[in-house]
Amino acid sequence: MKFPKLSLDSLKNEGTESVTSHERRNFMKLGLAITGVYAGGKILSLSSLVGTANASEGGAEIVKKYPYNPHYSMVIRQSLCIDCEKCVEACNKTNNVPEYGYRTRILTKRYSGALDKQVEFIPVLCNHCNDAPCVRACPTVATFKDPITGIVRMDSKRCIGCKTCMLACPYDARYFSAERHAIDKCDFCWEERLSKGEKLTACSASCPTGARTFGNLTDPENIVYKLVHQLEEQVWVLRPADDTKPNIFYMKGNMLSVDNILKEQKFKYYDPTKV
Amino acid sequence: MTGRMVNISKRWGFHGVEALKNASPLYKLAMAMFATLALAGAAVGLHGLFVGYHHVYGVTKQIPWGLLISTYIFCVVTSTGLCIISSIGHVFGGEAFMPIAKRAVFMSIMFMLGGFCIIFFDIENPFRMAIWNVISPNFSSNMWWMGTLYGAYLVFMVIEYYFLLEQNHTLSRLMGFFGLVVGIAAHSNLGGIFGMLHGRPFWYGPYLPIYFIFSAAMSGGCAILFFTTLGWKINPEIMNQRMERAVKAVTQVTIFLISVIIFFTIWKIVTGMVSEGKHLIIMSFLTGDYAINFWVFEIFLGMFLPLYLLIRSRGNNFNLIMTATGLMMIGIFFMRYDIVIPGQMESVYHSLGVVEAAELLKYVPSFHEIMASIFGISFIGFIYLAGEKMLNGHQLEKHEIVPEGGYICPGCGAIHFMEEGESEEEAMKRHHRIW
Repeated sequence: MKFPKLSLDSLKNEGTESVTSHERRNFMKLGLAITGVYAGGKILSLSSLVGTANASEGGAEIVKKYPYNPHYSMVIRQSLCIDCEKCVEACNKTNNVPEYGYRTRILTKRYSGALDKQVEFIPVLCNHCNDAPCVRACPTVATFKDPITGIVRMDSKRCIGCKTCMLACPYDARYFSAERHAIDKCDFCWEERLSKGEKLTACSASCPTGARTFGNLTDPENIVYKLVHQLEEQVWVLRPADDTKPNIFYMKGNMLSVDNILKEQKFKYYDPTKV
Repeated sequence: MTGRMVNISKRWGFHGVEALKNASPLYKLAMAMFATLALAGAAVGLHGLFVGYHHVYGVTKQIPWGLLISTYIFCVVTSTGLCIISSIGHVFGGEAFMPIAKRAVFMSIMFMLGGFCIIFFDIENPFRMAIWNVISPNFSSNMWWMGTLYGAYLVFMVIEYYFLLEQNHTLSRLMGFFGLVVGIAAHSNLGGIFGMLHGRPFWYGPYLPIYFIFSAAMSGGCAILFFTTLGWKINPEIMNQRMERAVKAVTQVTIFLISVIIFFTIWKIVTGMVSEGKHLIIMSFLTGDYAINFWVFEIFLGMFLPLYLLIRSRGNNFNLIMTATGLMMIGIFFMRYDIVIPGQMESVYHSLGVVEAAELLKYVPSFHEIMASIFGISFIGFIYLAGEKMLNGHQLEKHEIVPEGGYICPGCGAIHFMEEGESEEEAMKRHHRIW
């Protein structure tokens, strides 16, 4: 079979030397964003929207597309957590959490053979998933997504105590509170702080290292937005395979690139008084 | 269907409290024992309700469903199974299965009520459920559907039982059909409660809803055989040849269903071995903490021993059938336990590799949980014994549907069919000429 001769065939190979490093980097970013290796892709609340936006530099486009406004979210910079448990204390105090339950806790992961560190602490709490399995499982709509903020909240008087939501939750974020006669869980301090005009949750306000950064994911000026919408450092969520579209993001959070993002805040570790 | 009823007793076959008074002392003692256990269980359960379950129950934040849920599932599985197996006869017209219908429907209702007794002590706010299930339903919640469908199922079964007593077979058949449809929907949905928790790999998937239906049918066959043969021990004179034929038919179906469940179990284990999310739990079945539960109770008592004994019994040896199915009921109880508890043993953070979630979680039923379960089980036992006496061994002859052209053979008690122009006597001779 005879192939038609294309004009392209006669062109001379320019070689890779002529490609500038800027072009190369852009190409890489585009590829990474499309394949979702970095902050783009399915790990984010809205699937690949964030990644696409990064490739096309259109941050404003995304803002419209987050389902809630303010879309409350938390970025946990894992390397900064020192397991002081001040967040747990503050949470228990603020929300009257009994000793047999918890709304948040800090898990310990040990490494052997790593050169730089032997232990890492992972704070966990309710992920306020966009597709929350607990909300689907509840027979009486006692737990629901707040239509404005996206916070997964409880209407205690409707809770029948069947405990299905405790098992539906892939983040182990619920317990039955005998005092409330209902399931209790993290509500991003909505009842005790946010609804009263405070800007931060008790845990993020009490965190001395800035490991927990709380904010509004729809506001491009917000630190949470900035940390999630960067490509240099990897951002992930826990148990991505469950595909619940969680709103708690994790990153190591100690790279220079993150410092650059935080430069506007003029400190390395996040200052909770400045949002 | 038009038919001929053989009326040998009063309308409902109700012997009343007189029958209880005439019972043997041993029988009264057994009833008293069940009544005491049920009352004690209820008292302990109520104590738990007032002091707060989290003080007295063994369930934890990470294993919130314990013995009570597994016993509840045991009860409702058996209830649905009784309905499925008995419907072969009185709904679909499988003639051999007809004599078991009345007792099966009665026990199905009682197992359902027993299950409700147990779950009453597991739900933290049972009184709120009645209100909010109605005025604030979540149609995407399996739990909501469970309450609704099982409620409807119970209503249909009660109406069906009423019509069985009334000998209105058209309506009892219709209600039996609705009861079966709703029962199967309710029951597969119960599997769906587990099967739709996608954070729990041991449960997640379509396996459990399907397994629950077959498993229910197996439990139902087992329960019918057990309660029928036990009823025969209690009232030996009621066992006629029709009933013997029914026991034989149910034995055959049960043998088949045990084989089905053996395959279900084999593939659960084999596929679980290669799954990251299930491997630890499967290994605890095979060699770990749950090895005795699994090998001794679930596999040996629940499947292989009854399979062997039922085949040996040839459906004729009632003592052997009673032993086999009695042991099988115990095995099935552990089968349910082995679904509910192990599914929660692996923490959701296990895959994260953190220290806190490295080991499988432990659960041991507490005294209060055991007693609250005994409440439901003893209630069923008590009602069964009372029912056998007061309803005269569920009087077989009265509720049978005799198809047109058929008659009950005075010699053997089975239904025979007359051919064209044949008299009953000729038909009987024709039917019995081999013997």
